[in-house]
Amino acid sequence: MAGAITNNSKSNSGIYAGSAHVLMLPSWLIIGFFLLIPVLLMLVYSFLTKEFRGGVIWEFSLDAYDQFFFYRGLFGDEPPVFEWTYVGIFWRSIWQAGAATIFCLIIGFPTAWFIAMRRGANKSVWLFLITIPYWVNLLIRTISMKFLIRDNGPLNEWLLWMGAINEPIHMINTNFAVQLGLFYSYLPFMVLPIYASVERYNFALSEAAADLYASHWETLRLIILPAVKPGIIAGCILVFVPSLGAFLAPDLLGGAKTFMIGSLIEEQFKGNAGNWPFGAAASMILLSMVLAMLTYYARQQSKEVS
Amino acid sequence: MASKKIDLRYFPGFLPLTYLCLFLLYAPLIIVLVYSFNDSVSITKWGGLSLRWYSDVFFGPEAPKFQTAAFNSLTIAVIAATVSTTIATLAATAMIRAGNFKGRSFGFVLINLPIMVPEIVTAVATLIFFSAIGFTTGYLTILIAHIVFCIPFAYLPIAARMQSIDNTYEQAALDLYATKFEAFKLVLLPLMAPGILSGFLLAFIISLDDFIITNFVKGAGIETLPTAIFGSVKRGIQPNIMAISTLLLLVSVVFVTLSYLVGRAGEKSK
Repeated sequence: MAGAITNNSKSNSGIYAGSAHVLMLPSWLIIGFFLLIPVLLMLVYSFLTKEFRGGVIWEFSLDAYDQFFFYRGLFGDEPPVFEWTYVGIFWRSIWQAGAATIFCLIIGFPTAWFIAMRRGANKSVWLFLITIPYWVNLLIRTISMKFLIRDNGPLNEWLLWMGAINEPIHMINTNFAVQLGLFYSYLPFMVLPIYASVERYNFALSEAAADLYASHWETLRLIILPAVKPGIIAGCILVFVPSLGAFLAPDLLGGAKTFMIGSLIEEQFKGNAGNWPFGAAASMILLSMVLAMLTYYARQQSKEVS
Repeated sequence: MASKKIDLRYFPGFLPLTYLCLFLLYAPLIIVLVYSFNDSVSITKWGGLSLRWYSDVFFGPEAPKFQTAAFNSLTIAVIAATVSTTIATLAATAMIRAGNFKGRSFGFVLINLPIMVPEIVTAVATLIFFSAIGFTTGYLTILIAHIVFCIPFAYLPIAARMQSIDNTYEQAALDLYATKFEAFKLVLLPLMAPGILSGFLLAFIISLDDFIITNFVKGAGIETLPTAIFGSVKRGIQPNIMAISTLLLLVSVVFVTLSYLVGRAGEKSK
């Protein structure tokens, strides 16, 4: 997602100005027809009546959103009571994605800093090393993590052998496993934008701070962190947003107690729940949250530029 | 005050955290790679080195299933990457070489829409769309969905490359009475080759990688490699999965390395 948010291309000329629309036409058609219209259709579906075992009946209904927030008894005839189940799943997703983002920041910032301080060709090699795992199939990375942290998996065996623990640590199917999976999925997204910010950092500022008797850590806290804040915010958004709707990490590394938005939505279409309008409504709520965050981010970015 | 000069660029603890970062990124992958050579029916016990699970992948009872899935994955990735790279190249030419035209900002948003919308939402929307227009899910629906989400990934390196190429070459061609189409085909495209190849390779990997969207739009009876692996893993991790994972892992690493080297060669040739 990096670099996709801001539009900073300066078109200095218009060699193909006459053909602009012809050149754009295929992408407009394909994405418009197969993504934009489907998303709008999904919005419509979220206001329709559910048909049992998947699909919809074309009749306007607010049931999907109502079911999301309220419980009206087994037969739907009792006065509405606020329903925590689905809001709770969203809340847990936010919490899990937030924790993964913080892990990424704690590990990612020093890494980005370290790489930015390398010289010349070393830098690109280090960056390459950080990005390779991202391009490895996400499913395979998640399976690898599942294999590694199982109760009798290599990590536990190794720790037992070392004598660091007496019995295996139970990690699989816990919140921690899911956070670890999300962390592992999106860590490069944190490193790259922070690296870009640190690259631009002017070291004269650190020197000035040191001359004025700022301690080493005060310089980091008061001078460096504010200067590279845009990169940190970008990294946090790039990790948080895909974590929020992630499906593989919670599904493979978590259990029933770590159910997240992605699994909730999947269940409406692939699983037994089979409630399409409700799945569409949950998707719309997720999409609105993500678009709100991206819009906020784009605003911040344009403020930085101007 | 004779304090020793401290290095402002150095923070204690940053280096260990960097190594921890590399360790966390690579440890799971290396473990799977090592265990794929394990000569044991149990995935936990180490039974010595062997290639038996690789032979199982190619000749074992599940081999036909995985071969069909691999064939689907590869053909979809090649077609999707080719189509999306073509579309992205045309779009980049308009965005970067056509000045300011009506609908330019909208075009920019549209091209990036597939990476802004969460994958699971794209999956739901696409499934609903195909079901609403009565289109049977299968190979074609997977292919269409893949073309859509590959476009922005192909677009990024292509647009970056085009931005870095001065348009004076094309201007010179136009001055020498080339038509615009000739300037595009004979001057811009050859200069763009590394960027286009880079975009193609990234789109190829992204297509090969996808699980969620494919899982929604594939319908019954057709599998790509990720969905077949996922189905297998749901019944517990078997040793042959380690071997398949390692093969797929190597394909990704080879392609990304190629893309990186091509990109770097492109930088140097400028």
